[in-house]
Amino acid sequence: MTKASRTLFGPLFWTFALCGSAALAQTPASTDARLSALEAATKSAQSAGDNAWMLTSAALVLMMTGPGLALFYGGLVRAKNVLSTMMHSFALMGVVTVLWAIYGYSFSFGEGNSFIGGLQYLFLNGVGSAPNADYAATIPHETYMIYQLMFAIITPALISGAFAERMKFSAMLLFTCLWSTIVYFPMAHMVWGKGGLLNAFLGGKVPTFDFAGGTVVHITSGVSALVCALYLGKRVGFPKEPMKPHNLTLSVIGACLLWVGWFGFNAGSAVSASALATSAFVATHFGAAAAALGWMFAEWVKHGKPSMLGGISGCVAGLVAITPASGFVKPFPALLIGLLAGIVCFWMVSTVKGKFGYDDTLDAFGVHGAGGTLGALLTGVFATNAINDALKDSAGKALPLGWVDGNPGQVLNQLIAVVISWVLAIVGTWIILKIVDAVVGVRATQEQEVTGLDVSLHGEEGYTLEA
Amino acid sequence: MKKIEAIIQPHKAEQVKEALKNIGVDGLTISEVRGHGRQKGHKEVYRGMEYEVDLLPKIKIETVVPDSRLQEVQQAIATAARTGKIGDGKIFIYDVLDAIRIRNDDTGEMAL
Repeated sequence: MTKASRTLFGPLFWTFALCGSAALAQTPASTDARLSALEAATKSAQSAGDNAWMLTSAALVLMMTGPGLALFYGGLVRAKNVLSTMMHSFALMGVVTVLWAIYGYSFSFGEGNSFIGGLQYLFLNGVGSAPNADYAATIPHETYMIYQLMFAIITPALISGAFAERMKFSAMLLFTCLWSTIVYFPMAHMVWGKGGLLNAFLGGKVPTFDFAGGTVVHITSGVSALVCALYLGKRVGFPKEPMKPHNLTLSVIGACLLWVGWFGFNAGSAVSASALATSAFVATHFGAAAAALGWMFAEWVKHGKPSMLGGISGCVAGLVAITPASGFVKPFPALLIGLLAGIVCFWMVSTVKGKFGYDDTLDAFGVHGAGGTLGALLTGVFATNAINDALKDSAGKALPLGWVDGNPGQVLNQLIAVVISWVLAIVGTWIILKIVDAVVGVRATQEQEVTGLDVSLHGEEGYTLEA
Repeated sequence: MKKIEAIIQPHKAEQVKEALKNIGVDGLTISEVRGHGRQKGHKEVYRGMEYEVDLLPKIKIETVVPDSRLQEVQQAIATAARTGKIGDGKIFIYDVLDAIRIRNDDTGEMAL
């Protein structure tokens, strides 16, 4: 403060201070009333802070689907399918929102049994400005609902990477409605819903740590993607015809938007603007950075050149793997998880996929299935109560979380959760594909596929250079 | 009249244009093309999928000149486009029957 401003504000300050104490002296309000007013003010200040971060996070997570994933996937397909691929992501921003409002939120977060939520939030009944203490005590229940919706949107959008360039649009819509209902809502309930089988914090029988959706989002979508790829079969001409990504610059923009949006995904999963959110933010960033390098260097060694596509694929793989761990691990384990994810996922898409010969168009399984599984298991190893002390014993002491805390059994719990999500994803997706195939048929005709889905299914082209 | 068609390395296009301008060749057509001669292609790898790229990007320059200028123009192009390495491209020369200026029906060398 400058000397001039001190001379100006000094007298002002004393004037206000004296007025204030005079006012207090005139109305001797009881200490209780003043305390409760102070409590209310503190609560409202905390709510304002938390709510601001959670609304920002919700917007960031939506940005991951559109434009993030739409650009990432759109750039990786051939030019004739760019719009149909982007539409998979974009259409889900509409479809899943409607399902969520009608019954999705209730099936996921209503109080039901161990496997699926109840009906009390049907049509968002009772989801208003009053907080739900079980899920997020400091923000409006409605904020929590809209935040969780963004996860429900991106998860089926991730699967679209496996069936891009050959699935019918009508089949995609029907598939997604059924998949959300049969696979996603139950899985979200089991891991995050009150009373869910795997919920470590709200009375689950198999306590699992999944901070932001390693099982719920990435294993379910990645494994379902593999089932879709196997069920639909290869694209016409695969793997003989060249099917190079048509515009990697779009994919780079998309991947970087995913990286940024992921801060909302993971740090937002603290459901407060707290130190835990910071910790998850740091872990997320560290995981992504190490994985980008891991993939890039693995590729450099194996193929002789580091590539941009390798770098962005690596960062997404790292973000996937750090997702379940983000609110439980310290920064250096986060680097390690990321590095491993980059190398393992590179090996999955460059070696394993080729050996088995399935056509997972954009490697949704190799990145999300493999990265999600790796991350879920490593969470059991590296989770520590030094970062997350939400689980306490009766004396109020923080319970050990993962192997590093001396609780190796947690790795087994994580494995059970992984198996449950794999089984649910495989069985659920297979049944759904059978139903969709019987009702509308899953695959575009060969002629439509060769022409390109943009023109044949949507009547438009992504690039009209003569116009 | 002769038509000169030169297929050159894309990064040499500006130099060739400049060389032609310097010797007073006003009309030319340039297109982006892909192809290969004896030069081999290269390998690209996307997430472990290898693609042999044997059609490489080239620039095709076309211009029509009076017979008297053929030697001079063809040398200007060759000199400007040369790097001395494989893949520099080729120049083809054709006879031209006639030329017609659409605006005013000029024909022959008048129309160039």
